[in-house]
Amino acid sequence: MSELTLNVIRLGLLALLWAFVFSIVGALRADLYGTRVLTRGSNRRPEPRAAAKAPKQSRAQRQNGPTHLAVIAGSLRGTTVPLSEKGILIGRNPECTLVLTDDFASGRHLRVYPGQDAWFADDLESTNGTFVNQQRIDTGARLVLGSQIRIGQTVIELRR
Amino acid sequence: MSTVTDVRPPTGRFTELLLLLFAIAIVLVAYANVGLATTGSIPAGIVVQGSGLLIISLGLHLVIRHVAKYADPLLLPIATLLNGLGLVMIYRIDIGQGFDAGNGAATRQLLWSVLSIVLAGAVLWILRDHRILRRYTFTAMAAGFALLLLPMLPVIGQTVNGSRLWISIAGFTFQPGEIAKICLTVFFAGYLVQTRDALSLVGRRFMGLQLPRGRDLGPILAAWGLSVLILVAQRDLGSSLLFFGLFVAMLYLATERLSWIIIGLSLFVGGAFVAWRLFSHVQTRVDLWLDPFAPGLSDQVAKGLMGMAHGGMFGTGLGEGYPYETYFANSDYIVASFGEELGMVGLFAIIMLYALLAERGLRTAIGAREGFGKLLAAGLAFSIALQAFVVIGGITRAIPLTGLTTPFLSAGGSSLLANWIIIALLLRISDHARRPESERPIEKPRKQAKRAARESAEAQARAKSEADREAATADTAEVEHSADTHSGDTEAQRPQTTTTTIEEEKE
Repeated sequence: MSELTLNVIRLGLLALLWAFVFSIVGALRADLYGTRVLTRGSNRRPEPRAAAKAPKQSRAQRQNGPTHLAVIAGSLRGTTVPLSEKGILIGRNPECTLVLTDDFASGRHLRVYPGQDAWFADDLESTNGTFVNQQRIDTGARLVLGSQIRIGQTVIELRR
Repeated sequence: MSTVTDVRPPTGRFTELLLLLFAIAIVLVAYANVGLATTGSIPAGIVVQGSGLLIISLGLHLVIRHVAKYADPLLLPIATLLNGLGLVMIYRIDIGQGFDAGNGAATRQLLWSVLSIVLAGAVLWILRDHRILRRYTFTAMAAGFALLLLPMLPVIGQTVNGSRLWISIAGFTFQPGEIAKICLTVFFAGYLVQTRDALSLVGRRFMGLQLPRGRDLGPILAAWGLSVLILVAQRDLGSSLLFFGLFVAMLYLATERLSWIIIGLSLFVGGAFVAWRLFSHVQTRVDLWLDPFAPGLSDQVAKGLMGMAHGGMFGTGLGEGYPYETYFANSDYIVASFGEELGMVGLFAIIMLYALLAERGLRTAIGAREGFGKLLAAGLAFSIALQAFVVIGGITRAIPLTGLTTPFLSAGGSSLLANWIIIALLLRISDHARRPESERPIEKPRKQAKRAARESAEAQARAKSEADREAATADTAEVEHSADTHSGDTEAQRPQTTTTTIEEEKE
């Protein structure tokens, strides 16, 4: 085998190795996955895809209803979660949409879901209960814009 | 302060497939290169072996597509490339040492690779949720300790080259410490998730550091004691360093307290100093580190350095250097072999691959939504990174040489097996971390499943009495049901949906 061919293969192999490293790094650039965290200051709307989904939203949302939950008291103060058609699970379990770090919250504490014309909340047999506007709720509590849901020391408000 | 939105991530399976094919192409080019340089012809078995590697790794790719659709797409290609490069180098050293393909270490390594990849697929297939491992926290501890101490048993334990690390059953040798590494990582993750609050919050402040209480020092002292025991009884510097480093790193990850790193480092320095004064094998290692050319000592380090110097910047080319002159050129010293034949440019590409592998593991840990997965992924990634650092650092004289295997590259079945299982676990955790909300199956604790059964009975009774009303909302219920089935929810979620539909009607 000629010296030249071997040299070409030798350097080609090194080039291939680095090409592989760079293609891995290239693939890393698309690393924005999972929950996307936006800072409140950045005035961006969540994403264009949300707008595309808009026609599918329920009547409750279309009539200028609430679009997200905002935590207004408690350790997660300032966090907002958009209301989704599938419903939102709130509690301490890591599977929940909004994972509370509140000692008075149960693992699966509250479910918020859309109904025909409004949003509803189910208390999932939590130990310490859920209060909507100071009233302890059971299941099927109707929520309106500005309703304050209290779970332990956390207060969550429905916002537009 | 922040908004959490659910973004549907690309699964990345196509990227994975492309990169996997790229990785296999590189391995085949390297293999052909060895053949051309040593015998002047492309190795006869390249088609068979190449397609074997292709089939087995594509098989794992298909398993990932099936059971871990959202898993990280970069782990498999990186691991496959490292494993393949290791195979090529082992084959090359077989040739250098005068073995032919049939009876050398390469064939054995190829079989182990196949076995390991199959096992990784099996782990991925069977373990559908890594959180199940948390139930076996203390079982994992017992298993880990037992595996570590196994080589010290009289009959099956074996001393090879001064270290008592192997067990031999019916002519079949195995290094149980490699599997113990995984068991102990599971244990550390499960244990630290439980105790992190006590370890991080309680204690006095001293000079800007949060010092732990005396009784909270127990676990770190136990881990330290274990690593010293390994050092003394098994004369294995590498594993000792690996286990203690892993524990301290995971402790830091769990508590975010710098004081644990300082305590850990000072314990380690103290232990290492005493070991250096007391044990001759540690002294030899340190002397060799300080002066590899000292007469009368092993010339392994020196040979490795000379080999790498011979390789220079771009290497001699595969099959054209003399890496087999060094002892353990295909296991402990495989990095020096790569340094000689691929040069610094090639070696740095390999180090980059390790860095990227560790980065993917840590990224998985960041994405994981619960503490156990976070700690487990970070611990596994850190163990690969630390092991690579200890080996490469030892060979390049950054730290004293310790006998650890290079992950994926070294000849040795137990190490390969353990590392592929680590990849399988990382794939599983990353799938869990990246899977969007809408496709995540919700785990039901048993208590809730029972309650759900009760609720479903009630719901059925109510549904009967309100059958006409139910009929009016049939379309809504249908939509909700199909949405739930789609999200993979089990029986427990459905009754709730039925109840809610009824409740809505009452409003």
